[in-house]
Amino acid sequence: MDELSVGSKRILEREDFPRLLAALTAAGYRVVGPTVRDGAIVYGDIRTEEDLPIGWTDRQEAGTYRLERRNDTALFGFNVGPHSWKKYLFPPRERLWTATRVGSSFDVAVEEDTGPPMAFLGLRACELAGLDVTDRVFDGRVRDPGYHARRARTLLIAVQCGQAGGTCFCVSMGTGPGVTRGYDLALTEIVGPPHHYFLVGVGSPTGASVLRGVPLSPATERETGAAETLLAKTAASMGRSLNTEGIHDLLLTNMEHPRWEIVARRCLSCTNCTMVCPTCFCHTTEEVPELSGDRVERWRRWDSCFNLEFTQLHTSNVRKSPLSRYRQWLTHKLASWYDQFDTSGCIGCGRCITWCPVGIDLTEEVAAIRSTVAASPAVGGHR
Amino acid sequence: MVLRPTFGHVPPFSPGQFNMLYRFGLGEVAISICGDPSRPDEIVHTVRSAGKITSALVRVAPGETVGVRGPYGTGWPLHPMEGKDVVLVAGGLGLPPLRPLLYELLAHRDRFGRLEVIYGARSPKDLVYYDEIQRWRVRSDLRFQVTVDTAGRDWYGDVGLVTARIPDARFEPERTVAYLCGPEIMMKLTAQALEERGVADDAIYLSIERNMKCAVGLCGHCQYGPEFVCRDGPVFSYRDVKPRMALREV
Repeated sequence: MDELSVGSKRILEREDFPRLLAALTAAGYRVVGPTVRDGAIVYGDIRTEEDLPIGWTDRQEAGTYRLERRNDTALFGFNVGPHSWKKYLFPPRERLWTATRVGSSFDVAVEEDTGPPMAFLGLRACELAGLDVTDRVFDGRVRDPGYHARRARTLLIAVQCGQAGGTCFCVSMGTGPGVTRGYDLALTEIVGPPHHYFLVGVGSPTGASVLRGVPLSPATERETGAAETLLAKTAASMGRSLNTEGIHDLLLTNMEHPRWEIVARRCLSCTNCTMVCPTCFCHTTEEVPELSGDRVERWRRWDSCFNLEFTQLHTSNVRKSPLSRYRQWLTHKLASWYDQFDTSGCIGCGRCITWCPVGIDLTEEVAAIRSTVAASPAVGGHR
Repeated sequence: MVLRPTFGHVPPFSPGQFNMLYRFGLGEVAISICGDPSRPDEIVHTVRSAGKITSALVRVAPGETVGVRGPYGTGWPLHPMEGKDVVLVAGGLGLPPLRPLLYELLAHRDRFGRLEVIYGARSPKDLVYYDEIQRWRVRSDLRFQVTVDTAGRDWYGDVGLVTARIPDARFEPERTVAYLCGPEIMMKLTAQALEERGVADDAIYLSIERNMKCAVGLCGHCQYGPEFVCRDGPVFSYRDVKPRMALREV
């Protein structure tokens, strides 16, 4: 069979989906994707299609996440859960190096990434945008060797969102709902009835090569049209919106706005928002010595700007109050991120809203600040 | 602490830069480089025992190995001082990061005007480089003032804050460059005192201190507004950070 060209579209029948999984496994990929665990859809290893959340959906609101049964057998009939793909490229805990004592000195052996290439199955448009953000953080001006090695070998199989979640606002952030670039393969699931199938878009030569041996048929205009209709419906049903016009200056010129005090009374500094965020990158390091004291490992683990000790300096902390920590997080995510990485740090996935135990909603906080600021002359862009 | 490489060579550093020092089994800490930049063969650090790692660093014995990554950061800009009066104001352990700059200035003494150094510490026992300060104090090509916050009757020097020395410091405000290093509140008040005398805010440089883990602008700990202090700093012009310094807990 001739290789498919980039940009071409094909139909994969629902019953042939296992053939795609088999092709990925045969090509040497460790397939990771959505799976149901502990009452939530999280990302884990996908060995058979039974590992996918068949017939499940999620209902999300500020501070609320519930799994519910669908009345069909959709494989991807939900939005995003508490995990993000970040955990594979930038693991929550990772050994960086091991030092061994040699006399009065020591040797350092740097950790090399030797894992198999991964295939991310089921990236949403916002999550692809999130990868673009973390690429700028870990693989831009600074190159993190572990992230770089894993990212370069990862196959990206996107899935178009057939519905919007209650806390979604990707349309506001310009990150979705349609997957437009940066993928190897893009799937649109049309559940039917009567016809349950996937429209497969080829985004790269690597994506085309893994489709070798997977039974595909040409896509008709009606089938591609159905996919477009679905996306338009999703875009029109966003649970949230965020006005990003001039947001950089709006936030950075309102650092002493009374709203910070109000939100700080609710914020628990629990770090949930930063743990579920696909782009939060802050981390710390820890030394893990062996009992003998002759060998020590350097690990790094996710940290959060909501932790008091995050800004520890001598015997004090720079950001002592929850107010200052919430303000740091929000102004970094939505404003100073532009200065650092020339993009917003927010992809509009809504995770921080859903997983906040007290339901703090950043779209609401920005709107509250904006509502009290006299309308400024219209300026283009975010800054 | 004077370090020499166990392998390779020591890369040159600029005054104001820092290294990450590693004590086997305990971890790393950011410490400014305080040696003479014209003697790049050795790495000199002044460490005060404060936490777990620094207390282990001060106990390092001759012949032991310390891990070093660096140099990191921007350092003090040197070009603005050409032909100008120069004021250095240090508070507490703010003197070590300024010491390489002082060496540099004294090595090129003919390139600028008056040189005024004001050094304040909590008490006489907190003064660092005591013997060297005595040598600097008798030189005629700089004025080195020392003041302490509190002292007993055995102290014959000045008592008071460094800011109190600014009004009488000898420099021409319109053609002065100032370099400040010390606690943030001390730098803020000193910068304000300098501005009151007419020194432009973009002729005042200061070194911001924040928690650091990676030193390469990746771990996020040292963020100060949009800047990563480890990479975009630690030296900033007062003009750039003045709005942030006016806020609390940034």
